[in-house]
Amino acid sequence: MTSATSPTSTTPVTTPARTSEEAAGGIGSSPVRPDGTTKVRGEFAYSSDLWHEDMLWGATLRSPHPSARITGLDIAGALAVPGVYAVLTHADVPGVNRYGLEQPDQPVLAEDVVRYQGEPVALVAADHPETARRAMERIRVDYEELEPVTDAQAAAEGKGPAVHPGGNVVRHVPIRRGDPRATADVVVTGTYEVGMQDQAFLGPESGLAVPAEDGGIDLYVATQWLHVDQQQIVAALGLPPEKVRLTLGGVGGAFGGREDLSIQVHACLLALHTGKPVKMVYNREESFYGHVHRHPAVLHYEHGADRDGRLVYVRARIVLDGGAYASTTGAVAGNAATLGVGPYDVPNVSVDCWGVYTNNPPCGAMRGFGAVQAAFAYESQMDKLAQACGLDPVEVRTRNAMSEGTVMPTGQVVDSAAPVAELLRRVRDMPLPAGPSGEPDLRRLPGGVSNTTHGEGVVRGVGYAVGIKNICFSEGFDDYSTARVRLQAVGGEPAATVQTAACEVGQGLVTVLQQIVRTELGVEQVTVEPMDTSIGSAGSSSASRQTYVTGGAVRAAALAVRKGLLGRVGHVPGELSVSGGKVVSTRDGVLADIVDVLGDDVLEETVEWRHRPTESLDPETGQGTAHVQYAFAAHRAVVDVDTELGLVKVVALDCAQDVGKALNPQAVLGQIQGGSAQGLGLAVMEEIQTDGGLIRNPSFTDYLIPTVLDMPPMNIDVLELADPHAPYGVRGVGEPPTISSTPAIVAAIRAATGKPLTRVPVRPEHII
Amino acid sequence: MRLNVTVNGEPKQADDVWEGESLLYVLRERLGLPGSKNACEQGECGSCTVYLDGVPVCSCLVAAGQAEGHDVRTVEGLADGDTLDPVQQSFVDAGAVQCGFCTPGLVVAAHDLLHRVPDPSDEEIREALAGNLCRCTGYEKILDAVRNAAATS
Ligand code: FES
Ligand code: FES
Repeated sequence: MTSATSPTSTTPVTTPARTSEEAAGGIGSSPVRPDGTTKVRGEFAYSSDLWHEDMLWGATLRSPHPSARITGLDIAGALAVPGVYAVLTHADVPGVNRYGLEQPDQPVLAEDVVRYQGEPVALVAADHPETARRAMERIRVDYEELEPVTDAQAAAEGKGPAVHPGGNVVRHVPIRRGDPRATADVVVTGTYEVGMQDQAFLGPESGLAVPAEDGGIDLYVATQWLHVDQQQIVAALGLPPEKVRLTLGGVGGAFGGREDLSIQVHACLLALHTGKPVKMVYNREESFYGHVHRHPAVLHYEHGADRDGRLVYVRARIVLDGGAYASTTGAVAGNAATLGVGPYDVPNVSVDCWGVYTNNPPCGAMRGFGAVQAAFAYESQMDKLAQACGLDPVEVRTRNAMSEGTVMPTGQVVDSAAPVAELLRRVRDMPLPAGPSGEPDLRRLPGGVSNTTHGEGVVRGVGYAVGIKNICFSEGFDDYSTARVRLQAVGGEPAATVQTAACEVGQGLVTVLQQIVRTELGVEQVTVEPMDTSIGSAGSSSASRQTYVTGGAVRAAALAVRKGLLGRVGHVPGELSVSGGKVVSTRDGVLADIVDVLGDDVLEETVEWRHRPTESLDPETGQGTAHVQYAFAAHRAVVDVDTELGLVKVVALDCAQDVGKALNPQAVLGQIQGGSAQGLGLAVMEEIQTDGGLIRNPSFTDYLIPTVLDMPPMNIDVLELADPHAPYGVRGVGEPPTISSTPAIVAAIRAATGKPLTRVPVRPEHII
Repeated sequence: MRLNVTVNGEPKQADDVWEGESLLYVLRERLGLPGSKNACEQGECGSCTVYLDGVPVCSCLVAAGQAEGHDVRTVEGLADGDTLDPVQQSFVDAGAVQCGFCTPGLVVAAHDLLHRVPDPSDEEIREALAGNLCRCTGYEKILDAVRNAAATS
């Protein structure tokens, strides 16, 4: 078996990156991460590890019903439990009892109705988690159960009772381009379904709220965006922002599931009420109720093409089930619509996407954010089209592949590399895994050591897919980051520190920020300060945007510091730069040590940096330059399917992706491998199953994510076609591999079985 | 109840332990050793893996009382002072650590494997780590880390 190749680029980088002053551990290298050692020693402080003298444990009582009126609430029994310090309800929320990322539609604690199973109703603080649990059992809530709204399709059509006063459509996004009545010789249609996927980050929602002497609060929490949490907490607590201070606790993965609030306001309420530090930690079951999931989707598609397989039109209707509260449903719908035809050049497009309210679990951000759902449908359609035209699946895709200069269905002109055809060719040309030979190793067969087959009934299939994702926040959002860089001499060596509020969620941002400062200031010793709200916002660790935006801010701040440093050298011939702790001139070589130029002074610069602006979409036609950057990945999957039992073994999952510039090649590979694995999960195993609005499998026993036995080795090819608009030419990395891996695997299962497979995750009963 | 255990070579005592508490809870909340993680507390993820009398177990499934008088070794007890165990070092070097929440459990599981099987095949590594979930890495670099640790130790 082959394993990951190191990232290579056989295509020249199109913008000149600075290459002359390579600092050790600078951009383009893969230095070890600064938190690596504490993590392997078990000494890294995750938000669930925090501890405070005298702290209490908080717990959340949740609704058992997906839709009900609350007719009575009695907390007296709980308050009487020894060891209980507080029992709080909505009446104890001092500020506005509403929050939400796009619109404040979600109560901090339910008032007269509950809209999903798991909605928080009351809070308890006690001296031990078990005391809190027992006290919760003594809270009496009287519910009058209501028939839950669970049909998203009906909600989109305006049928059924309204979950919220304004009706059930959170957002409808139409996209119209070209001739809406275009006709074609070859027409393929299909209806596809995507199940509800969970982020399943391993570190549970958790944090510690510590009441402060000034009447404010210090919150240590695992999140993706400190400042947007702060804004929502401030509103709910009715405190001024300077009294609500957040510090990032260690984050055990995120993948979108920490964009919305979980314990934040609750822990603060309990701490302010009791005057004691309060820790909250969800267990795995509560975590399934405590964060939003990936929107389940139903997608109707019609593709029209000429006999050569060239697309004439695409028409689509997409319904995304947003569940009980809006969260980011509007933006997810915007993505599914604008990226709805995939990375293809299509002259005539008509897409309608609805994000709706139901009484199902709330859905919001998850890696791939609307692009994942659309990709399963449009890539399934491309395979259908290939079959209808008698074309190879790679051929039909490359014939229609978009490229730099393509006009998107929104009218946006693609103004940097879009190597869609190249990525497909690269995965096609990678070596295929050897077929079974000799005595088969059970561990390599579908069913594994369960010993369900020795190779009989096992059929191999190969499938391809390519996907597209927007990078950074879109549709006119003011998307910026703030960075402070400081340079001074410490013990005779130049040392820099970098401060931002950008959340390290595991992706390795802390390493990349160090690398940028090393490259720009020519110093090796760079410290990343803890992330907190004492500096301006960095925006969210989502939309594959932090290396781009916070990386851009840190680079700008470092360049400002460098300018100040070089200014102190005065006017000398030649061009000046910094390298290896020295100031260097192009004419005379080394001029001075940075420490000597600095003396006892500290150079510090703070910069707020934004990417180029985007436009909102026209509400009627969906036209507008809504996205900052597009990113692409392609996968080839090889599967063995036991056609008698319906078991699937993914034996190879190869990927090619353009990353613009690999600032940290090892971290880039890690993102591609991890993202591909999450796509594999959606393809063959991961789904939150609901029934009448109730979650049936809220545990790792019943919600399966890929293990090391499920993930095959990967060949990975990383292209670096610099985006001239982005810092260093970077193109966001985290999400694209999650998008194309799912449809590639399903295509491979179709190739092996001949089954239509219109729903993910594919289950054994779909195969046999 | 009062609990006596030896943890990482040192005798430890915890008072007021409730009957329902797991070994994981006692380690994390009473003995100041939060290195073992709590991703599921149901025996499904392996993030809480520790040695109990030299055998790796999910400490979330061990009732605290069952550990009375026994010998526990956690991820905090693998390094030799400032020198990381070779398994720990190769996890750092290979990029096998992203969020790191799975790491303590995986490091203990891999440590155990390499003591039993110094030169494991890929299939043996996969089998040994099958009980440890990781959501970030796709496992590829974890396999690299274990292969490298086997090659260097
Ligand atoms: S926490 Fe013990 S197995 Fe998951
Ligand atoms: S590194 Fe995050 S779960 Fe493994």
